[in-house]
Amino acid sequence: MEKFDAVIVGAGPAGAAAALEMARAGLSVVLLERGEFPGSKNVFGGVLYRKQLEDIVPEFWKEAPLERKIIEQNLWIMGRDSVTKLGHRNEGFKEPANCWTGMRVKFDQWFANKAVEAGALPVYETVALELIREGNKVVGVRTDREHGDLYADVVVIADGVNSLLGKSLGIHKEWAPDQVSLAVKEQIFLPKEKILDRFGLEGDEGATIEFAGETSAGMTGLGFLYTNKESISLGIGVMVSDLKKSRVKPYHLLEQVKNHPAIRKLIQGGETKEYAGHLIPEGGLQAVPQLSGDGWVICGDAAQLVNFVHREGTNLAMTSGRFAAEAIIAAKELGDFSRTSLSLYDRKVAQSFIRKDLKKYQGLHGLLNEIDPKLLFSELPRAINEAAFEMLKVDGKSKVSKQRFAIDHIKQTAGGTWDLLKLGWKGWRAING
Amino acid sequence: MSENKGASIEEKLYTIRYKVDDISHLIIKDQQVCAKCPTKECNDFCPADVYSWRDLTTQVAFENCIECGTCRLGCPDYNIEWVYPKGGHGITYKFG
Repeated sequence: MEKFDAVIVGAGPAGAAAALEMARAGLSVVLLERGEFPGSKNVFGGVLYRKQLEDIVPEFWKEAPLERKIIEQNLWIMGRDSVTKLGHRNEGFKEPANCWTGMRVKFDQWFANKAVEAGALPVYETVALELIREGNKVVGVRTDREHGDLYADVVVIADGVNSLLGKSLGIHKEWAPDQVSLAVKEQIFLPKEKILDRFGLEGDEGATIEFAGETSAGMTGLGFLYTNKESISLGIGVMVSDLKKSRVKPYHLLEQVKNHPAIRKLIQGGETKEYAGHLIPEGGLQAVPQLSGDGWVICGDAAQLVNFVHREGTNLAMTSGRFAAEAIIAAKELGDFSRTSLSLYDRKVAQSFIRKDLKKYQGLHGLLNEIDPKLLFSELPRAINEAAFEMLKVDGKSKVSKQRFAIDHIKQTAGGTWDLLKLGWKGWRAING
Repeated sequence: MSENKGASIEEKLYTIRYKVDDISHLIIKDQQVCAKCPTKECNDFCPADVYSWRDLTTQVAFENCIECGTCRLGCPDYNIEWVYPKGGHGITYKFG
């Protein structure tokens, strides 16, 4: 019976990063993927950040399949037929690039191939059915192939948001419906010139828009519109607990988004070449389980390592995969694959931006549960747009009365001055935990 | 009208490549539980219209499934046995 140093379940960004780092260090690793090829089941918004990938593959942008270099980021507060905009454009985002748009099917293939080139053994079209255990220790993975048991000193659980393996370990309960969002998305193709003109771009520059408000039909949710080379990624994610209550069909919600006047004009004439849907872990720091144990580590979405406030997930996944690999490489030198030894991985995560960023926003999950989503995602955005409309409309009313209307309208929507202040204070606390 | 092209769920799912297995990877554990379920909300929250209440049973169009897992977590009674399709089966995205 052949035994490997590590079996990695899932060839997404977390798994591929772990495989690449371990293969480089000379470890024998198997990279398992249930899809036809890495990336074939994967979806993201998607923005890829430079920093964390550069730590793994220096100058990756010279070879990786990327779409557009993001020079402008926007937040839109949506009314029904209106929008109030906030954005930042900066030439400084070009050199060095801060982030790019990308497509996961292309990117993940490229990234997993780096691991394979470095010596990882690819085993695709194979589902990991369960962990093989000896007592409390994980010693391998049972797959759906004939004679498909794979044994290893460490199993890297990078099986994504549904993480059936993580659940089977009992390290986390089933995610509650308020700990995940469902995002649906379309890839809408347009000629390159249309994209450049509509968004005021040139060459490989790109722009992103996140939008919140009446587009989520009273649910906790965030929409996104990203420019690619010759397409637009347009989607919306809503908290599953709200979706359950709303009885809105996710694809109807997406159609409503596409028909919002501010969005319709950006995508018009485009051809949808793909519809996609995926869960996003949004439980925050409280949902993150223990990250290692005897013979196993857990990375990426499977461990809820997503900063949903900044729509960062892929980079946290990659870094967690790299840290896991470093801990396993160190464990191999010691010849000790126990929890004590592998907890080096937990410590690396704790000392990094991953835990620090999740900690900063740790109060937000509770806040979003506490406040009626209709107030935050429907009534307040509507009031903000109505206030802006009133302020800018010249109709003979005095500016003083207009300003009074604008302020009172927003205050009253929140339930009065005190409630608005409380909301502001709670919001501030929730994002500065 | 070109704006509405691709608006229906059938048209949306048509953009995805599937390799459908002969057997369902989604199994209703107990149809009696569905019969008693007051909301039957899986009929709405599934982004691929996999579930529909017809002839007093929950029908499962597993061949439409985009493997997101919403039903696994969303079913109020956790009445869906949810596993991944066999290796290499199910959806293959082009862009993702």
